[in-house]
Amino acid sequence: MSTSALEMAATDGTKIENDLRKKRLWAYGIAATFAAISIGTYLYSEYYIYLSVYLWFGFIYGMCLQYGRFCFSSAFRDLFAVGVPRMAVGIMIATVLFAAVSALVTATGLSTFHAAPTGSHAVIAGTIFGVGMVFAGGCASGSLYKTGEGNMSAALVILSISVTQALFADAAGWTNALVPESWHASAVAKGLPDVINAGDGWVDQYLAGYVWNQPVLTFANLFGMLDESVAGAFFGNMLMGVVIPAALLLIVVYIGWSRRAFLKKRIKEKGHTTFRDELDGYWAMITANKRTAIAGLLLGIFCGLQMLVTQGLRVKFGVQNAGTLLERIGFDYGISVNGTVFDPGYWYVTTQEAQWVGWVFNKLGANNMDNIYFGFVNGIPNPAINPADWMSLALIGGAAVMALLHNEFKFKKPTLELATWAVIGGALMGIGSRLGLGCNVGAFFVRVAQGDTSGWLFGLGMIGGAYIGVKFFNWWTERRMAKEFAACDL
Amino acid sequence: MKFEKRDDGVYVLDVKGYVCPHPQIYTKKALSKVQSGDVVEVLFDNPSSGESIAAMCDTTGDEIVTKKHEGGQFVWDIEKA
Repeated sequence: MSTSALEMAATDGTKIENDLRKKRLWAYGIAATFAAISIGTYLYSEYYIYLSVYLWFGFIYGMCLQYGRFCFSSAFRDLFAVGVPRMAVGIMIATVLFAAVSALVTATGLSTFHAAPTGSHAVIAGTIFGVGMVFAGGCASGSLYKTGEGNMSAALVILSISVTQALFADAAGWTNALVPESWHASAVAKGLPDVINAGDGWVDQYLAGYVWNQPVLTFANLFGMLDESVAGAFFGNMLMGVVIPAALLLIVVYIGWSRRAFLKKRIKEKGHTTFRDELDGYWAMITANKRTAIAGLLLGIFCGLQMLVTQGLRVKFGVQNAGTLLERIGFDYGISVNGTVFDPGYWYVTTQEAQWVGWVFNKLGANNMDNIYFGFVNGIPNPAINPADWMSLALIGGAAVMALLHNEFKFKKPTLELATWAVIGGALMGIGSRLGLGCNVGAFFVRVAQGDTSGWLFGLGMIGGAYIGVKFFNWWTERRMAKEFAACDL
Repeated sequence: MKFEKRDDGVYVLDVKGYVCPHPQIYTKKALSKVQSGDVVEVLFDNPSSGESIAAMCDTTGDEIVTKKHEGGQFVWDIEKA
């Protein structure tokens, strides 16, 4: 190598090293900022520790998601699109672990979870959400962590989910004409406070006139057990509601997408296969992607721990909901008529996204506190002191830290094509979230792990939606590549 | 998205800027079109697509000959089985 070539190589090496050093500094800076927020707010009022719990669990989720490239969308999408089962496996690992920790938390009476009404609406909502997440290039939680990687398409997806939800939840006017009379009558008959106009607005009448009338059903209940009992938590909800369905689902995935290639390799190696090889193949599929499996394992454990820690703080402060704490600190704006704000006590994504846009709309003059979603249940507190917003922002920060430390952060502006898919996909996910009372995390992951039957119904819809979305994208990409292939005589 | 022939049996697929599922779908389609032994150089900058492409190649038997990663950008040479 000539002297000048050596000098150029050395200069390139120094440049790369400087770039990596800068990224590491940014990572430490982000972590230090969150630490400063936690310490500073705690010194102002001890109640802020409640928000910091959300913050640090969000930070951990972000790190885990980025490390494992953990996107619920790819669980179903990549199976249909490219025959890859890694995320389906990762999600089932996370769900089983989450279920195990949750069973322990529930049996000790410290769960923060409330099961959702079960019905066909969960399947429809999941289908709409599933199509949306394929179009958008990521699910609701996946879009958060990808934003942390510098992906501005993902940020646009979040914006689209947020705006769509805020508009949809408050939509009235002509949408009332689409409401069945029975929903309207049932919603009005619920006798909600006067400030909540349950008879006006599609989502209000859908919630109070239809969803609230559906049964709430966990697997423990199906076996005649109480959720809080040891048998109900461990046998009903964990074993029958999660472990066995997850194992069966993975057997289907193994037979459909993994078995053939594995056995082909074994036949090549030793000329024949036995049942032992089938078991080896099943296990090899589960352990194929260690990053995803490790992320799933950690997510499952930390999701369960968040419930425990949050409930512990509620007991310590003598509250049932963060709304009371916000009022004690001195914030009473945007709190629901029940004195509550959105405070699930576990990982959730979409409602806080709707809230921050709802808060902006409200500040711009919209009267959106007369609906059930904001005014009766979740409120629209200032995003700066909204507990669940702290979780989502920290999730983005955690993902950014992980991406920066691994030199995977890259600021990417969306092209017009990707921006279009982001807006359409985000809007579909926003509508699906409100119909299903949650997203891939709140309506699927958390509910399934707690033995809530509606979680599996939402998941079933997501699988169908992902299939439809992939079919569409196959057609779209085929069309786009046809010209390129022709130019290469292929 | 750009797909072009660089040399005999060597193709370049540039899907930088794309998010999931585009890079993995384009890679799958490109590999399905080229001949056995041909190499497709895939340029992408969406980390999660790398996981899917690697898993896809493991299943199909296509070999990832080289992997380069710099500044958030990935360049993988994949030889079709």
